[in-house]
Amino acid sequence: MNELIELALDATERGGASYADVRLSERETESLTVKNGALQASSLDRSAGFGIRVLVDGAWGFAASARLERDEVQRVAQEALAIARASGMARRDPVVLDGTPPVSASYRTPVEVDPFAVSLDDKLAILMDADAAMAAVPGVAVREGSIESAHERKTFASSEGARIDQELTEAGAGIEATAFNARESQVRSYPNSAGGQHVSGGFEAVRAMDLPANAQRIAEEAVQLLDAGDCPSGEMDLVIDSSQMALQVHESCGHPIELDRVLGMEASFAGTSFLTVDKLDRLQYGSPVVNIDADATAPGGLGTFGFDDEGVPAQNVPIVSEGRFVGYLTSRETAPVIGRNSMGSSRASGWNVIPLIRMTNINLRPGDAGALDDLIADTHDGLFISTNRSWSIDDRRLNFQFGTQIGWRIRNGRLAEMIRNPTYTGITPQFWGSCDAVCGPDEWHLWGVPNCGKGEPMQTHRVGHGAAPARFRKVRVGVGRW
Amino acid sequence: MVAVDLVSRADPDGVLEAAMRELPGEGEAFYAGRDAALTRFAGSRIHQNVSEHDATLRIRAVEGGRSGVASTNRLDPDGIRDVVARAVDICQRSAANPDSAPLPPASAGGVDSRLGHVTATAEADPERRAAGARAVIQAAEGGALDASGAFSTEAVTMAIANSNGLHSRHSTTQAKLITVMTGEDRASGYAQASSTDIADIDAAAVGAEAADKAVRSSGAIDVEPGEYEVILEEYAVQTILEYLSYVGFSALAVEEGRSFMEIGKQLMGENVTIWDDGNDPGGLPAAMDFEGVAKQRVDLISDGVANALVHDSATARRAGVASTGHGLPAPNAFGPAAWNLFMAPGSSSKAAMLGAIERGIWVTRFHYVNIVHPKRGVLTGMTKDGTFLIEQGRITRPVRNLRFTQAIPEAFGQVRAISAETRLISAEYSGINARVPALRLGRFAFTGATASETA
Repeated sequence: MNELIELALDATERGGASYADVRLSERETESLTVKNGALQASSLDRSAGFGIRVLVDGAWGFAASARLERDEVQRVAQEALAIARASGMARRDPVVLDGTPPVSASYRTPVEVDPFAVSLDDKLAILMDADAAMAAVPGVAVREGSIESAHERKTFASSEGARIDQELTEAGAGIEATAFNARESQVRSYPNSAGGQHVSGGFEAVRAMDLPANAQRIAEEAVQLLDAGDCPSGEMDLVIDSSQMALQVHESCGHPIELDRVLGMEASFAGTSFLTVDKLDRLQYGSPVVNIDADATAPGGLGTFGFDDEGVPAQNVPIVSEGRFVGYLTSRETAPVIGRNSMGSSRASGWNVIPLIRMTNINLRPGDAGALDDLIADTHDGLFISTNRSWSIDDRRLNFQFGTQIGWRIRNGRLAEMIRNPTYTGITPQFWGSCDAVCGPDEWHLWGVPNCGKGEPMQTHRVGHGAAPARFRKVRVGVGRW
Repeated sequence: MVAVDLVSRADPDGVLEAAMRELPGEGEAFYAGRDAALTRFAGSRIHQNVSEHDATLRIRAVEGGRSGVASTNRLDPDGIRDVVARAVDICQRSAANPDSAPLPPASAGGVDSRLGHVTATAEADPERRAAGARAVIQAAEGGALDASGAFSTEAVTMAIANSNGLHSRHSTTQAKLITVMTGEDRASGYAQASSTDIADIDAAAVGAEAADKAVRSSGAIDVEPGEYEVILEEYAVQTILEYLSYVGFSALAVEEGRSFMEIGKQLMGENVTIWDDGNDPGGLPAAMDFEGVAKQRVDLISDGVANALVHDSATARRAGVASTGHGLPAPNAFGPAAWNLFMAPGSSSKAAMLGAIERGIWVTRFHYVNIVHPKRGVLTGMTKDGTFLIEQGRITRPVRNLRFTQAIPEAFGQVRAISAETRLISAEYSGINARVPALRLGRFAFTGATASETA
């Protein structure tokens, strides 16, 4: 492989590139799905290839191929150079990269139990046990469970002299029960919706989820939701569980702090951001209890790595400090715009695409509101909601609306009746400004989001969000009529 | 730059033959090759310009209700041998599924199609895409606007063989140019063009359409959320059909009680007819599905009545019917999908619709739509890139973006006019494309606005 890397860097230098980098990667993904008591699918997918990125006269070009052969490396290098020259047909200021020094290093995800070393039988047993527990609940119509494992080996090399090898391992699992009648369809998931919980790490994380022990509960809740009362409409105090808080952080903080989005580079796809550079260090984003970090070093986070795909070391940087907006996610191209070096969040979802600014682990720091029970006891009249079901936010990340799978009324500091189809809506800074309590470290959980989409061609990436349950005052709930 | 048909260089038929030779028992080999390039611009300059070439072989080994799947993009003899061995190994270690997806019969396949493949699109070079980007940028500069967008081209070849003797293959191309233009006061406009043939992409026209919208969007005012009569332009209609497809048109969605579709029931107005047809060149054709089954036209909503659903091999067997050719790679938990949608045109025009509205909202497109309640077809999302107030038959002011939360079958029960002209619109996120008219709806629920930014 080193020979191919040198070949690519030599070809791009001779072709006039002022900068070039080469990424080789191989990703292997194993997935297992059990549905309604039967093994629905078991698969093992492998994809390998390389991508060459070049700067010619200050404009980018990128080409990638799955053929790891000398001739193909030469051809792809020439293609990347030609594309960069075509980019020059519509160019303004030349691209200038920050001063991040090149490093030679390696990184490996800490793993106790290699998920690929665990037998299919052992994995199947977990899913079948959970399925049986859900099947024992009358009224459950659809049961589903899945376990996923991934392993990626990748090498980054640049014309500046960087040489970085990384081995990243991920594991994830989840179960889901659906019940329906003529008017309603209700779903409950564990540990989270959208495929469950995912981590950087080994199979020990899947075992710790204990899917079978939670299967009966979610199945019963799915059935109970069919006859639960609808979410009330109006303004209420809202306590949000940590998994839904993860998605709230994702949509209303994680995306708007991507500096490429702020600078308009995503305008034609998912939009821009209200967090324009004039607001850095000035805007009161939320209340003083709101503290948010971008931490690519958090153990177990799905956005945890050693180096990003521009060779920048993983870092933990503040984003919101006591409610004040203080930081962005950046790349080597964008960081100089705000007078900083990249904080290392430029990542590609595979060998065949360019690195973009992606969330690392965007974490809401735990507060001092104690346990969830304490927070509910401190809430006179409100709503407690759990587990994301629906999400939508406008193109500047201001007007959002979420739905969750389940909720309960809070009456006199106690959880009361279950409610179905909970929804809430708000405007980002007003909403975070209404946050008056965040639970403590014992309630804090680092969630993995394996399906974050961004860019054209769209890249689906894996990111993380740590959060504890939090309370927001006078939030509009029960949106719409149907 | 010399254009090379890189996908065909991999010889799909040779790859499938080699794979099927290695497969000891029943099973399926699926080849998917893709050459894709995209030129992206923002701030009126090209800031991303990429190309990729990949081909994947996916093997499904089947034995006595058990199945195993493995895929690779290493297509040399060793790679093919290895991926077949991995699929067989997984199959042998798997548990039997009495309801497993059957391999389609040979008679269901036999597709050999280049419908929707245009060589000029497959061979488009970066200069061609950059010229398109530059034309859009020039249109923006004429209106003192900022242009963002992407000009993409791709060529895809899919080929499938199975142990029942099925063999199908098709090649398609797509060229797509989109732009969002922005001006002062957060004014914005959008336009797109999609076709199998890059020659159909008129970059200057795309730029002019978006620039016109952006200029007219300047000086937007707030309007109170509430129920309004609306005109939905074709972009907005496509997005709604895309999400109806997600939540409702699949036989599995109905089996699992999460669809709004009730076959035989009048769900929408009698003037609403929606169908799926992968063989209509007026769309972006795809002659076969991911099981190699030839696509059939499926009349989903006829005169407002829920008429039929799309099937894959698994749902078809349970329903006792033939697959309609809408399967995703089997086996999967998602079920079939309708992704070549059409909505029947009417006899109106956007100008006539506008003239008939006393007070309403003109919607160019929707942004970040999602499903609130699938069984009742409730969606939420934001308007974007051209939302206008209609008063006494004319557009009077641009308005700031609004959030809607609406049961779509209910809204489509109030279709007061349908345009005679239709447009082919390519989905923003998914592969679901639609040729649709513009609509005038009697009632549409806007549930929120974005008036203030600060705490």
